[in-house]
Amino acid sequence: MSSALNLAHEPLTKIPSGKLAMWAFLASELMFFSGFFGAFIVLRSGNYDVFGAGSAMLDWKLATLNTFILIGSSLTMALSIYHLEKKNNNMFRLFIGLTTLGGFGFLIVKWIEYSAKFHHGLFPGQEHHTLFFSFYFLMTGFHAVHVIAGMIPMGYMFFRSFSKDGYPYPWKVETLGLYWHFVDLMWIFIFPALYLMIPYHAAVAGH
Amino acid sequence: MNTTAAALGVHADHVGANEHAHEHHHELPWYRKYLFSTDHKVIAKQFMISSFFFLFVGGMFALFIRWQLAYPGQPIPVIGHILPDTWVTEPGSGVITPEFYAQLLSMHGTVMVFLVIIPFATGMFGNFCIPLMLGTDDMALPRLNMWSFWLLPPGGLIMFAGFFTQTGYAGAGWTSYPPLSALTQFPVFTITGQTLWLIAVFLIGFSSILGAVNYVTTILNKRAKGMGLFDMPLTVWALFITAIMVTLGTPVLASGLAMLFFDNFLHTSFFLPDHLVSATGHGFEVGTGQPILFQHVFWFYSHPAVYIMILPLMGVVSDVLSVFSRKPVYGYKAMVFSLVGIATLGFIVWGHHMFQSGMNPLLGTTFMLSTIVIAVPSSIKTFNWLGTIWRGNIHFSAALLSALSFVSMFIIGGLSGIFMASAPVDIFIHDTYFIVAHIHYVLFGGSLFGIFAGIYYWYPKMFGKMLSETWAKRHVFWSFVFFNGTFFPMHVLGVGGHMRRIYDPNVYDFLKGMQPMNEFITVCAIGLGFTQLILVGNIIYHIKYGKKAPRNPWNANTLEWAAPAHPGHGNFDRDITVYRGPYEYSVPGRELDYWPQWEPGKSISVHHHTVAVD
Repeated sequence: MSSALNLAHEPLTKIPSGKLAMWAFLASELMFFSGFFGAFIVLRSGNYDVFGAGSAMLDWKLATLNTFILIGSSLTMALSIYHLEKKNNNMFRLFIGLTTLGGFGFLIVKWIEYSAKFHHGLFPGQEHHTLFFSFYFLMTGFHAVHVIAGMIPMGYMFFRSFSKDGYPYPWKVETLGLYWHFVDLMWIFIFPALYLMIPYHAAVAGH
Repeated sequence: MNTTAAALGVHADHVGANEHAHEHHHELPWYRKYLFSTDHKVIAKQFMISSFFFLFVGGMFALFIRWQLAYPGQPIPVIGHILPDTWVTEPGSGVITPEFYAQLLSMHGTVMVFLVIIPFATGMFGNFCIPLMLGTDDMALPRLNMWSFWLLPPGGLIMFAGFFTQTGYAGAGWTSYPPLSALTQFPVFTITGQTLWLIAVFLIGFSSILGAVNYVTTILNKRAKGMGLFDMPLTVWALFITAIMVTLGTPVLASGLAMLFFDNFLHTSFFLPDHLVSATGHGFEVGTGQPILFQHVFWFYSHPAVYIMILPLMGVVSDVLSVFSRKPVYGYKAMVFSLVGIATLGFIVWGHHMFQSGMNPLLGTTFMLSTIVIAVPSSIKTFNWLGTIWRGNIHFSAALLSALSFVSMFIIGGLSGIFMASAPVDIFIHDTYFIVAHIHYVLFGGSLFGIFAGIYYWYPKMFGKMLSETWAKRHVFWSFVFFNGTFFPMHVLGVGGHMRRIYDPNVYDFLKGMQPMNEFITVCAIGLGFTQLILVGNIIYHIKYGKKAPRNPWNANTLEWAAPAHPGHGNFDRDITVYRGPYEYSVPGRELDYWPQWEPGKSISVHHHTVAVD
């Protein structure tokens, strides 16, 4: 009925509601990770040696690879939006597919890392677990959950793009893109905090 | 009021002709209409039903607690003998165990905060009021709105499931401080009442975040034509600011809950000191967690949460006072900015819950000062509420009486809050019944009376029927009497040293003299519980048998009263254009004592007062 009335008008902020809601949700997500980072800062300063030793045991090379995979997937995400807005469905399919692949690649590398940690008994509940690895699994784990959550609609969009008219909603891709860039951004904080902040003596002892 | 209603009735009939426009909405299957509906009004009612259910449950827990405090060691009447054997000292004795008492205390607090007051305040009023008062057809994202409700009942069920685990329900208080709440004596992957509690509160928090995100979007994007932010009623303003607080605060609690969950479930040690985790003999440094860190994370959310629980009702009360005093809200913009002030300050005062936890005195002083500063915006609000009713043409409806109870009880709760804000005083009254009195004056005397006011005010629009004003007034009166009988003596108990979480006051000699007061409180609490049956009965009875409500029974200005008496999907049957602010009551130069926002008409401003001109 509202179509006949003046109630359903253009969004007042000129930002589509889905996108605006995504911004609000990302503010919320930011606070969620802030809780972890706050705790990380407090407990790291109280357990400097434990955190340093733990950090030195992580594989920064694999993590660097993952950083590039994730940044690359953010680029392909942006390109997929660009091409969908130009109504170039084939290129959209290519880039959204590449983005999804990037997500898979990230998770595979993560899996390799995790299984090595499990092998070394660093998993929570195992014999060599320390507080640093609590944070490692907490932060990378929640981050990985976010990656998976982003890949589900991404895969759906990829398969929908095979339909006759292609994928019809550019603004939905844009909203997902916002989320994906946020996941990327969180990794940009998690990566140095866990992998790169190694005190000198711990780095020497670790190699 | 009645004479002016007739004038409006004519108007209502005129637009009623458009109501057949609903027809091209296809008939939805029943489960889409009542269960998985995306209509904000249905979702509001779902929140209402679940909140009333949990209010009943949480209230029963409170009465169990009260019985044990007043008559320790005596069987609970009527239902005592049917309690499961694990909850009572001896099978069939009807006397609850200390462990079960601790679980009841925790459950009472958790249920009332997370499943009653927050869903009532943000879920019910947020869903019902925002689209209607903004003059729009629904929320910006109706399906997300549906999900925000449907995360709540599973949360509640998971929480209740805790009673049936081997450890019983989480018994570490609604605050769940570690190390008490970090149960490392069980092997990893053990499901305990505590882990279920953590999962449940996490889910409920997620539900509030999804709701809040939707409210913010709706308010920014979907206001009626001509409605600026400062043309919104204070209820919507309050819900807007509350939604921002939920968006920013709740996820921090979620992160703390996640860490505490892993401490329980996987034996990490975020919140556990060294000697509690390395008992297994690692032979190397594990790293020491900090229990007080949890308190910081917890209160970073849970202090804003007390404002999340009361700000929406402050908005409701502002609207109700204005409508029934037939006067504009005194200092509309000051009301908005004081809401903003309370919300902002609310994020930097959390440490005042932790004066006794061990804290650098300098930090304590900072928290003390920022807390005391909150009295300023709160006083602005109180002053303006009084200014609103001052020399007004007051109609003593049940809604107004509830709103007045809110204001007066909020003043008492606010004043006792200043005691606690001051660190030296707080050290004396910390964890005593003084705190219990304070929190109930604010959350029951404040929030719950505000909820009553809102229910009495919007019931005609929610159900299209009128409530019995007589029974409503009886309910408000007896609630007020029993409420004060229950909670006022707690101040005295608290100053006398009565601890907050004890099973049996008779164990302590210095408390024996105050036992009659405990008994008096319990009698009043039982009365208070039964009085609420009047409210529920009134609501249920009049859904079917109530008098049909007119479109605008209170002659109010805000846009929800422009909708049909019982609005269907899509809410409005006419175009909505907003011509003025929401509080133009008793405008000089106008025959009627109200001037709805949707009615065209010319006015000029004389000394900041609106005057109608033809």
